[in-house]
Amino acid sequence: MAASETDQPEATIPLEVFRYRPEQGDEPTFEHYDVPYREDWVVLDALNHVKDQIDGTLSYRWSCRMGVCGSCGMMVNGEPKLTCAAFLRDYYPEVIRVEPLNYFPVIRDLVINMDDFLHKLTEVKAWLVPKEEKPVSQGEYLQTPAELAHYKQFSMCINCMLCYSACPVYGQHPEFLGPAAIALAQRYNLDSRDGAADARADVIFSDEGIWDCTFVGDCTRVCPKNVDPAGAIQQAKVAATKDWYRSVLVPWGNK
Amino acid sequence: MSDNTTGTKTKEYIRPMPANWWMMKKTFVLFIVRELTCVFVGGYALFLLVLVARRDQPEAFAAWLNSPLLIVLQIIALPMLLYHSITWINLTPKVMVVWRGEERVSPLLIAGANYVAWAIISIVILSISCP
Repeated sequence: MAASETDQPEATIPLEVFRYRPEQGDEPTFEHYDVPYREDWVVLDALNHVKDQIDGTLSYRWSCRMGVCGSCGMMVNGEPKLTCAAFLRDYYPEVIRVEPLNYFPVIRDLVINMDDFLHKLTEVKAWLVPKEEKPVSQGEYLQTPAELAHYKQFSMCINCMLCYSACPVYGQHPEFLGPAAIALAQRYNLDSRDGAADARADVIFSDEGIWDCTFVGDCTRVCPKNVDPAGAIQQAKVAATKDWYRSVLVPWGNK
Repeated sequence: MSDNTTGTKTKEYIRPMPANWWMMKKTFVLFIVRELTCVFVGGYALFLLVLVARRDQPEAFAAWLNSPLLIVLQIIALPMLLYHSITWINLTPKVMVVWRGEERVSPLLIAGANYVAWAIISIVILSISCP
């Protein structure tokens, strides 16, 4: 193979990468790296090349490299993307600008602080609370395919937070619960096995919950798993409104 | 503040949201335009109130409608209201989720039903007001 290699230099693609090193100063900078251009490479491959071969100080998160773990979310040319799903060939030969996910504090380089999001997951009780507890000996909680279909789309969320970086409401009011937290709350509210819809209602049907959403819809556009969080939020708005009418018109009705 | 393993906290960098955030992306611009069309929806509500208030003076009202200001307003308001209606009808399937067994009723059907209703109501109103 070596005999047939040409002397031509390998094609490269330029990267502008956001760097923030708190121990070196308060202001971030952009560093320029030229990485090899390969047809099958994604931005994550380019970052790994930088870290391996050019600048080992670059910090960023990644894991599965196949779009299922949600770790490698970053801004690529101003768009929130999973860097393992952003192909170099879609940008070549223009420069690729890589920045940390919008609207989150930056800890270092491309690593953001996600505590706020994790806290919101606990606030909305993003887990199954069975309607009736039953011991393992009594078997599984049964569910029909139709019941599964009702919430399946919202269960696809990989907690990558791209939707938060696309949401201008979250950018301006970080108290907003945000697309993923509400979509996950809906995922459990619509699950026939779950009985905590009332417990979640106070958190979701609030000014920091669904009513802060102005249906920009960008969250759904950037979601890599087609969860459609905007749809989840609007469905929650309908449910909250029905709930309110029921409580006003039928106050004696039981929940 | 972030904790690293040595126990000292490092200073996090907060990126401010620019005042022109809405101009940075096409989807944001379209969103703001959609929201601004609501001003014209409100304006049309006012117009209907004036229409009702002046129902006993049809010629004066018609003359007012033909004034240059009103003509300019109507020329601007029509595309605004059309844009408003089209964007919101297209979003209706996200709000109205109808299940048939394991499948959702097609979003095209839900939006389409709204368009048909809009067309029918428009035809009825036009045939009443313009005999």
